[in-house]
Amino acid sequence: MSHHITEAKELFYSYPDGHRAVNGISFCIHHGESVGIIGANGAGKSTLLMLLNGILTPFQGDVIIGEVKLNKSTLNMIRQRLGMVFQDPDDQLFMTTVYDDVAFGPRNLKIDEPQVERRVLSALEQVGIAHLKDRAPFHLSAGEKRAAAIATVLSMSPDILFLDEPTSSLDPKSRRRLMNILKGFEHTKIITSHDLDMVLELCSRVIVLKNGQVIADGPAKDILTNKKMMEEAGLEVPLSLQKCPVCGKTKPDADFR
Amino acid sequence: MSNIVNAIYNIRQFDELARQDSFIHRLHPLAKLLATLVYTVVLVSYDKYAIIALLPFLFFPVFVAAAGRIPAGPVLKRLLYVEPMIICVGLLNPLFDRGITIILGHAVSSGWLIFISIVIKGSLAVTSALLLIATTGMDGIALSLRELKVPKIFVLQLMLTYRYISVLLEEAARTLQAYSLRAFDTKGIKRVVWGPLLGQILLRTLDRAQRIYEAMCLRGFMGEYHIGQEPRPKPGDIMYVMGWGTFFAASRAVNLPLWLGNLLTGALK
Repeated sequence: MSHHITEAKELFYSYPDGHRAVNGISFCIHHGESVGIIGANGAGKSTLLMLLNGILTPFQGDVIIGEVKLNKSTLNMIRQRLGMVFQDPDDQLFMTTVYDDVAFGPRNLKIDEPQVERRVLSALEQVGIAHLKDRAPFHLSAGEKRAAAIATVLSMSPDILFLDEPTSSLDPKSRRRLMNILKGFEHTKIITSHDLDMVLELCSRVIVLKNGQVIADGPAKDILTNKKMMEEAGLEVPLSLQKCPVCGKTKPDADFR
Repeated sequence: MSNIVNAIYNIRQFDELARQDSFIHRLHPLAKLLATLVYTVVLVSYDKYAIIALLPFLFFPVFVAAAGRIPAGPVLKRLLYVEPMIICVGLLNPLFDRGITIILGHAVSSGWLIFISIVIKGSLAVTSALLLIATTGMDGIALSLRELKVPKIFVLQLMLTYRYISVLLEEAARTLQAYSLRAFDTKGIKRVVWGPLLGQILLRTLDRAQRIYEAMCLRGFMGEYHIGQEPRPKPGDIMYVMGWGTFFAASRAVNLPLWLGNLLTGALK
């Protein structure tokens, strides 16, 4: 798996109630790319992430991670290379201490304990919460919980990071801290979010979904400033590129089409 | 509503107690589990009329609580939750066993004696189990059960049940909060909404449990809980089990309070 390519080939998925959430999605994300997947509620973002992680199996189409096709026999091997950060950190933190939570993945990989400890401390330091290692996860603030959730996947040394709404329910300061942490990562990052300003700042490429289909895929700046297309997808141009509510001026580098 | 929030807090409080550092906390989990198992088995092996002979068995929970710096409040509070069940088990004895037993020259109903004996045995057994959780934690108990070759599936079931209790309680707390904010002037929950409310809580809990399970699988969970460096039993751990084992066996073989009483009265004479 020298090139951490993430490829979706003609993916189709319907939920048991018949709702078709993903309707023929294809794209290829290369090593080190930072990609934002955006779209209105129900556009298929979370379903797509679950398909890419192998939590859901597509009815049709393939997911290819690092030149290996995702199927039952390759699932465990591929999952060791992926790190998924859930929207609600409480879903991800289930052990009694932050340390044990971060160590959960490496221990499942049967890594020896001194090495587990090194990985845990390094992951906690990367997200800046090494001092919280002995705390119970339910005692942490929302921002600390999010950082701990990210540390739980970093300790697995993944090549590709999937983040589902990473900035939701964070206060502005915690949001900024998290964005700075994510900026420092060299992993391939695939981020679904409604926080378009964060996407603009962190992602070089954006994929826009609507009704389970890709309606745009290209450089973040080109797509996020395309007002017509954003509105068609049920979105808005990022707030930082909109007119100032006080002076009515637009940011000098904003380029609306 | 506040009861549920309290329940969540209470579950977590035991996790916190288990993370303290003391002589008892540092013992190998298996040593603590074995001592508690032997204690319970010896306790229930006593004659149904035994009361005075049970007194030395108070020493074990008192010692564990004191040495482990476990406050009495949380343990006694949980004991109170189980107490009605213990009382129910023994309640019919005073009705059916109407015999008379003479104790210290006083006639006492045998049924009541059995009832008191059941309450004491039950309370002591539950207290020792609670102290085991408060000084070892569920992870440690799971580890020792695996060392006793208890099948993986049962241990996992125990661990996940413990994990999901708080998930269920959190969902219930949220649902009830939403209900109480819109149910003005009503005490409790109206019977007509019991069904939808319970269904809602169940569905949401299943959903949440599914997400947690997915998060575990994504981090390589294959049905085995690893808790890191598994501690090796030290001589102190063996001595702990042997020491308590000897004490329990001696208490079972000799009625210590009676023997002490005889010794003292004999000395006085």
